[in-house]
Amino acid sequence: MNIAVNILGIVMAAFIMWWFWLSKPRSVAGAEGDVISVLVDGGVYTPSLLHVPAGKPVTLRFLRKDPSPCAEKVIFSGLDISADLPVGKPYDLSFIPGKAGEYDFACQMAMYRGRLIVEEETKS
Amino acid sequence: MKEKTGTDPKTTRRLHLLDMSCAGCVDTVEKTLRSVPGVSDAQVNFAEKTATVTGDVSPDALVKAVGKAGYTASLLEDEGTESDKENAELSHYRKLLRQTVVSGVISVIIFAVSMFDMLPSLDSPAGRISWGVVSLLTLFVLAYGGGRFFTGALKSFRNHNANMDTLIAVGTGVAWVYSSFVVLFPDSVAGIARHFYFETAALIIAFINLGSALEMRARGKTSQAIKRLIGLQPRTARVVRAGQEVDVPIGLVVVGDIVRVRPGEKIPVDGEVTDGSSHVDESMLTGEPIPVEKKKGDNVVGGTINKAGSFFFRAGRIGKDTALARIIDMVRKAQNAKPEIGRLADRVSGVFVPSVLIIAVITMLAWFNFGPAPRITYMLVTTMAVLIIACPCALGLATPISVMVGVGKAAEYGVLIRKGDALQQAGQLTTIVLDKTGTITEGKPVLTSVEPVPGVLGGDELLALAAGVESGSEHPLAEAIVEAAKVKNIEMKPVESFEALSGHGVRAVYGGNAVLLGNRKLMDDNGIDTGSINEAAERLSKKGQTVVFAALNGTAAGVLGVSDPVKPDSREAVERLRKQGIKVIMLTGDNRVTAQSVAEQVGVDDFIAEVLPEDKAREITRLREGGEKVGMVGDGINDAPALAGADVGFAIGTGTDVAIESADITLMRGSLHGVADAVSISKATLGNIKENLLGAFAYNTLAIPVAAGILFPFTGLLLNPVIAGAAMALSSVTVVTNANRLRWFKP
Repeated sequence: MNIAVNILGIVMAAFIMWWFWLSKPRSVAGAEGDVISVLVDGGVYTPSLLHVPAGKPVTLRFLRKDPSPCAEKVIFSGLDISADLPVGKPYDLSFIPGKAGEYDFACQMAMYRGRLIVEEETKS
Repeated sequence: MKEKTGTDPKTTRRLHLLDMSCAGCVDTVEKTLRSVPGVSDAQVNFAEKTATVTGDVSPDALVKAVGKAGYTASLLEDEGTESDKENAELSHYRKLLRQTVVSGVISVIIFAVSMFDMLPSLDSPAGRISWGVVSLLTLFVLAYGGGRFFTGALKSFRNHNANMDTLIAVGTGVAWVYSSFVVLFPDSVAGIARHFYFETAALIIAFINLGSALEMRARGKTSQAIKRLIGLQPRTARVVRAGQEVDVPIGLVVVGDIVRVRPGEKIPVDGEVTDGSSHVDESMLTGEPIPVEKKKGDNVVGGTINKAGSFFFRAGRIGKDTALARIIDMVRKAQNAKPEIGRLADRVSGVFVPSVLIIAVITMLAWFNFGPAPRITYMLVTTMAVLIIACPCALGLATPISVMVGVGKAAEYGVLIRKGDALQQAGQLTTIVLDKTGTITEGKPVLTSVEPVPGVLGGDELLALAAGVESGSEHPLAEAIVEAAKVKNIEMKPVESFEALSGHGVRAVYGGNAVLLGNRKLMDDNGIDTGSINEAAERLSKKGQTVVFAALNGTAAGVLGVSDPVKPDSREAVERLRKQGIKVIMLTGDNRVTAQSVAEQVGVDDFIAEVLPEDKAREITRLREGGEKVGMVGDGINDAPALAGADVGFAIGTGTDVAIESADITLMRGSLHGVADAVSISKATLGNIKENLLGAFAYNTLAIPVAAGILFPFTGLLLNPVIAGAAMALSSVTVVTNANRLRWFKP
């Protein structure tokens, strides 16, 4: 019994590390001119991992369903872009990501978290 | 034929087009809109993704028509957005309160029956049924009051993310599952460990809802500054259409409209006065308490308030282009910015929740392996307490909530902060460099002295000569001389020949005489004996005046002194900066004698004179290389490279005619007090952020070990998970309340 509980505990800790830190959520890729819809609800951006091409206009359409103030803002600190999201109405955030790289975006409290991956070259 | 309706049937409506992805769609949408009965014109702006539709038609018909064409449109009502937001917030707040009350009442009942052993024991069937009912009641509280935590936790989990919802859901979920397991299978748990945690789970949910409601209320106050700015936007304007004054909604004012403003009214949009005059209170935007005179040709700004007079103006900027709209946009963006100091907290909150989950597992194992009997009870209590007490919200809120209040506070004083980092750095500056012209001084030179050489010319003759020669020049000194002659009604003859000698002055023939007008070098180069005017020239220089030498037919004729008056409050503002321990340096292209005089008048620590405009940025770099943290204050147009080169660039405006996007910090008021205000507010905000961060870090680093039972071996003390829930709920309220203290700060 004792060993089983201890092994279970260790497995749980390892799973937490793997699931939250080492593995990645499914991502959504957008091509030039695409509108990528992002749902803001239940503490998560869905999808939370976005791929877009560098130097091309991109539109992220946020639909915020969570009325709590945590969800109000979306901030791309590395890109110096932010927006206040209305509840229940789609909000289009259009911009041109300049440099390739990974940019985190989050709510004001960094509870909602997502990542925008700007890629240098896109497959044609 | 005219309809007898109160409003013009032809109205203009603006639509927001949500999914126009190509320029080719413009044509389709325009055609669709024009085909709607009643529409007389439709224009689509692809860049803005808006359509402007004119005609007698309902907005619904337009939205539907666009929808049929495969696009999504919504009516654009700028003024509606803020009230929508407030309504959404209010209804969420009420919902939280309802959840608090309902879960609170049920929790107290469950707490009472558990505490006072009101229910029979599990050994009897009646006891099992009673506890089964309690379990269901608790489940109701978890679902009704805490359902969002469970769905949020699940969604986060699927996204490989964990947040506060995860901690609450796991903490209360474990309590309910274990307790319900005891009810269903009492025999599988040793008698000593047959504890229920129903009241714990329910009370935690009630406390967290209460905390969220309180936090929401406190947070509403943090955005008061932006609400105040939005509230400045008038809803209607009185425009002159077909010779008649009509009141129209603000959205229908077009560029070029003539707008009437009556005493006490708000100016609806930006524009230029065409008729009439008045004084306008611009304090709400600039912080400048004294109303500003407005007459024909002056600019007026939307949102400011007309005092006693009445005037007409031509609308120049409307909608999102007005100064007020740009200020609101800028303040909003700055409120969302995160200064460097907050990034550590962001990094920590990025790994915080999974770390707490791991700590909870370790706690569980530690109590299981080394804890006293009943192990399972200690294990559960400590694990729940660890999960519930950890508060990532306080950590995440610490910086942004103070930034929101700080940036809003600055806007109240006419200080617009554009970058989050500037908010942090303004409070850490060691040196502030002030450009002289237009920053320390008014930037409008006036002729202050006319000193002719006796026997050559009289005073008015010298002024007439100089003004006549300079009448065609656009140099600020020339303008000051011509202006002075106009004021004195001195007649100016046309100049016969004119040659500008760059950097020296002018050579002209005026009234048949050869005239030289310029600096000392011009005189020296032309072999003019300046012995008769040297003393006067030096005296004027020492007073801080720029000296213009005049020679008539090869003989020195006199000197004119032009000075740019120091702003009345520059000295006081410099003193405030120096009291804050900042070294203040003046930078100017003037000669040393003039520069020294101005430097002494305003009391700066040091000055750098004879700097060419292109070398200003180099001086800033030199100071920075010397280890100083440098703020540069200039007009934002001529000093752009120097502003960009400084740690913090301040653009100082004259009233509201300011290029507000040109620097890190823009001062709407043309006073140097704005710089001192910005520094004070920055220091206060930074202090507030530090308090919040320290509080949030200290709370989590102390509370989590205590919850894990670190004190138990020494004191026998364990933290009740309900207390942990209350502490957690209060921790983020405390952070928001502390940030709100900044609202009362006076720089």
